Amino acid sequence: MIHVKMKVNGDPTEFLCDPRETMLDALRDRLNLTGAKEGCGTGDCGACSILLDGNVVCSCLVLAAEGQDREIETVEGMAAGEDLHPLQRKFLEHAALQCGVCTPGILVAAKALLERVPDPTESEIRYWLAGNLCRCTGYDKIVHAVADAAIEMRST
Amino acid sequence: MEYAAPATLDNALALAHETDGQVRFLAGGTDVLVQLRSGLFEPDLVIDIKQIPGMLDVTRSPEGAWTIGAAVPGRILGTIEGLRDDWPGIVEAMELIGSTQIQSRASLVGNLCNASPAADGIPAMVAAGATVSIAGVDGLRTAEVADILMAPGQTNLKKGEIVTSIDLPARVAGSADAYLRFIPRTEMDIAVAGCAVNLTVKDSQVCTARVSLGAVAPTVLLVPDAATAICGTCLDETALNDLAAACRAACRPIDDKRGTVAFRTDIAGVLARRAAILAYRRAQERESA
Repeated sequence: MIHVKMKVNGDPTEFLCDPRETMLDALRDRLNLTGAKEGCGTGDCGACSILLDGNVVCSCLVLAAEGQDREIETVEGMAAGEDLHPLQRKFLEHAALQCGVCTPGILVAAKALLERVPDPTESEIRYWLAGNLCRCTGYDKIVHAVADAAIEMRST
Repeated sequence: MEYAAPATLDNALALAHETDGQVRFLAGGTDVLVQLRSGLFEPDLVIDIKQIPGMLDVTRSPEGAWTIGAAVPGRILGTIEGLRDDWPGIVEAMELIGSTQIQSRASLVGNLCNASPAADGIPAMVAAGATVSIAGVDGLRTAEVADILMAPGQTNLKKGEIVTSIDLPARVAGSADAYLRFIPRTEMDIAVAGCAVNLTVKDSQVCTARVSLGAVAPTVLLVPDAATAICGTCLDETALNDLAAACRAACRPIDDKRGTVAFRTDIAGVLARRAAILAYRRAQERESA
């Protein structure tokens, strides 16, 4: 077993993992952070998206052992207590989710976009989120929710 | 399986050398992890190279040659001052690979070592005349990118050798490259065919050229006849037709769900024309700049 120390959503965290174990499995099964979902397991669907040192990655394609000394952010870290992140609120307002399996990954990926591009065009949103598949919504509501959250975040 | 993240190249080489079984090097993991999880191989040791100095660095020599470390993720390339000016085709090829998530991790060297016939990064590197720096327990060597490709998924790298960087030569005035691929959608797909053109122009005439094709043969191809077709021309219609014909003649593609032999062969010529025009226009801008 490998001993890994990393930061998760700002908190110093330690766990033991098998060398073959993915970051997704470690987050879900060892740290009980079940927001990130396993969809495809091959980096195509983005349901397992997390931030690794601020960059959005598929946690199914990261070994848990690679987390040593790194900073991880998951959907669980987006809300401040009861106060939802603007993206989370806008997803609810726009009904930008149905089954919800893709939602944590899309929220994390969208957060990374708005940190880099506060005023994204619709095309920029669609290209940035091309690695996050949603089989329910048809994407329009997701794109509108992200654009609306960007407007709110720019005004505050 | 064991996992190691050595802090020096020497340690990594020693570990790889001392391990009897299968060793895999891990950069961004976007191919290695997929293969590992699918049970395609069961390595005895995975060596994460990202702690090794230089693996995440991009440097430009005073003469203008570029060195791109083996684990530099795609998202970085476009942010490096001057790299896109010198090698727009390399940067656009890498940026076509995968999603935002994949761009955070995938590297050019990883794209090369995975050795997919349909890799987007490889034609651009082959057309660029890129070389790779390869470290082994016996020392360092360099090789042309095209020379390490053997078959789908296979390189001729020896056991325990690590590709440490992609090295791009210094640019002369009036040079540029371009890479185009065909996929049936706009994002998130694998090339049905791809073409990279790298050329130098002087007084509107093409003086040197290298043309590379992807996804139309077991390995990415360098097509010398295609370069000959446009050298000495002003990329007129005759030259473009000759270029397309030379590219189509070099194609040895497969039929699969992504495209038929006939379609891949035809589209390779179309892409070559368009990539040549794009590279030519960029080169002219850089000639006058």
